[in-house]
Amino acid sequence: MKITGAEIFCESLRREGVKTVFGLPGGVVLKIFDVLCQQKDIELVLTRHEQGAAHMAEGYAKATGRAGVVLVTSGPGMTNIVTGLADAYMDSVPLVAFTGQVSTDLIGNDAFQEADNVGISRPCTKHNVLVKDVRDLAQIIKEAFYIATSGRPGPVLVDIPKDVSTARAEFRYPEKISLRGYNPVIGGSKQHIRQAAEEIMKAKKPMIYVGGGAIFSNAADEIRELAEITQIPVTMTLMGLGSFPGTHPLSLGMLGMHGGYWTNMAMHHADLLIAVGARFDDRVTGKLSEFCPEARVVHIDIDPTSIKKTFHAHIPIVGDVKAVLRQMNIMLRSMDGNPAKIRASRAPWLKQVEEWRTAHPLSYKQDDKIIKPQFVIEKLFDLTKHEAIVATDVGQHQMFAAQYFKGTKPRTWLTSGGLGTMGFGFPAAIGAQKAFPNRMVLCITSEGSFQMNLQELVTCAEQKLAVKIVLLNNGVHGMVRQWQDLFYEGRYSASLLGKMPDFVKLADAYGIKGLRALKPSDVEPVLKDGLKHRGPVLMDIHTDPYENCYPMIPAGGAQHEMMLEDPPELNRGKKGGTQKRKVDEGDGVLPA
Amino acid sequence: MEHIISVLVENKFGVLARVAGLFSARGYNIESLSVAATLDPTTSRITIVTIGDDRIIEQIMKQLNKVVEVLEVVDLTETDFLDRETALIKVHTKPEHREEAVRIADIFRAKIVDSSLTTYTIEITGDVDKVEALINMLKPLGIKELIRTGRIGIARETTRTASPRREPALLKS
Repeated sequence: MKITGAEIFCESLRREGVKTVFGLPGGVVLKIFDVLCQQKDIELVLTRHEQGAAHMAEGYAKATGRAGVVLVTSGPGMTNIVTGLADAYMDSVPLVAFTGQVSTDLIGNDAFQEADNVGISRPCTKHNVLVKDVRDLAQIIKEAFYIATSGRPGPVLVDIPKDVSTARAEFRYPEKISLRGYNPVIGGSKQHIRQAAEEIMKAKKPMIYVGGGAIFSNAADEIRELAEITQIPVTMTLMGLGSFPGTHPLSLGMLGMHGGYWTNMAMHHADLLIAVGARFDDRVTGKLSEFCPEARVVHIDIDPTSIKKTFHAHIPIVGDVKAVLRQMNIMLRSMDGNPAKIRASRAPWLKQVEEWRTAHPLSYKQDDKIIKPQFVIEKLFDLTKHEAIVATDVGQHQMFAAQYFKGTKPRTWLTSGGLGTMGFGFPAAIGAQKAFPNRMVLCITSEGSFQMNLQELVTCAEQKLAVKIVLLNNGVHGMVRQWQDLFYEGRYSASLLGKMPDFVKLADAYGIKGLRALKPSDVEPVLKDGLKHRGPVLMDIHTDPYENCYPMIPAGGAQHEMMLEDPPELNRGKKGGTQKRKVDEGDGVLPA
Repeated sequence: MEHIISVLVENKFGVLARVAGLFSARGYNIESLSVAATLDPTTSRITIVTIGDDRIIEQIMKQLNKVVEVLEVVDLTETDFLDRETALIKVHTKPEHREEAVRIADIFRAKIVDSSLTTYTIEITGDVDKVEALINMLKPLGIKELIRTGRIGIARETTRTASPRREPALLKS
């Protein structure tokens, strides 16, 4: 029996085990939405903006490891998800985005709500396809899910013209697929893995440097095993947080621009670097010519283009991180694996790292007048007993969260790393909460980022999702203000947000509980109250607009040359500029 | 250094855009590009001449391999290969230059494929040095228009019996 393209779409999604689709309807996808509302297996989460849908699908995918699914209309529907696609492409998030397209006979005619969806998305998707014949639809959907979730994951866009969704064809869902030009390497070269294991046994000052690839590959157990049997300290990139417990004695936390002093010093002095699913991003390396100058480099990555892209690798291993580490751990155990001996030989290095850690730990000074953002994150970390799923936005609050919320499990840290998308956090938290309605999901955000997708408050309320929004409200684009203070002589060009909405009233308008903390003593009661509440909560926490995030490697600086505190000559906002700062009572901006 | 990269791709909508877009997005050069179907109508061959140091060429090869519709990537420059280019050159021919133009074409075994009272159009096929040499020879006559196909390349068979260009060496080996 022949069924319509829209029915083939739904049936294919069901075969892929899709439970949730994030989207928003429009003219050319009405047939698909019409079929969706007549079935029960797949739930549609109606967002208020397509960008929200894309980030929700990302949050869903990051938290579950399954592909997030987006369904939007042509033209503006598609262009509104471009940021989400670019974000997912940078951070290797498995996403399948279905976009409507005008009928095939109208394509190219500048029809109403027409956009070149495959053309626009080509540079920000792993793969994309325009479906020209309904008979190809099932095959294309199968391939889309396979490509999105295998190898180095990423977003795939499937563009479905209106007449393809209404045309009929026999439904045959392919059992398996083989793509002539796409076969990710999994195993890794045995010879190189052995070489790497030998280097590890010889190294005096080794470091394990873990990126987001370890999370996608579910390699947390293997990393822990590797670290423990070899007693090698582990540092994580922003994307890799959670792949190794932040509370583990061998964890050195995050490295890079705002990484720990001890972490970056350890990297700088390391004689062996074991890079695991990481890509030597500029925010990690700082000045490349002075990055890890003494280290031999073992680089394990499923994406060959990540290897030797920016930094050399002495032993490149192309393969799935989990599969490679499993083999490596077996080899290491069979080598001269006397645990006591390894422990003893590693002791001087670990002692050195601890000395760096004690010399310059993370620090801030909390007085009784003004709330420090770090204090809020530390309290949150304690109150949630280290167990929450945390979604963040982008900026200072993100870095503070990365430093102080020492997550212990993979897939509990959802953040926009590569693209640095403000507005990512809140929808991502909604997506994660949709996947896990009974887990604690926090959205750590700031007034700047939150206002970029706050329309999804209503989606959150409507879906009865108990996201806890912790809004660190300092009335400024904090990271921009920090850079202006440090590098632009304190001229605050467009970083002061001036008039701020009343976030508690805003929450109320959407039927969401709103709480406010103005002074340090409010923090704990507000957090406790908010976390206890059964529904969604917005906690508006007014923090110090002048707190800076340290340590900091200035852009282009060398990794061991960190700023650890405000320089004495720092002259905040004193050197003119035309922007006047508005200080209104209760609007979130505290007087200087 | 210059490299000739031969890319076998699926003959599908948008593949050329993806390959070309990869070069522009990552700031790689394309010196010349030529595309056509192969013996198998489901695949096409893209020949790209590009310039870059070893690190860039390695990235280009890897990035091309990553494209889902790309089936095979070969850096011909790493192998023993042949490359050819065709050019059509329309030269001005004043009456006193018509003989000279024919002579030059003959030297290069080029063909005059079109003529008018004031121009000849000369077709030349050869490696890049030969094409450029002819162009230089014709320049003093005045070139009205010049069209080049871009280079295509093919690896030499390792089991070949003889090749006119390298005969002496081959007979020895």
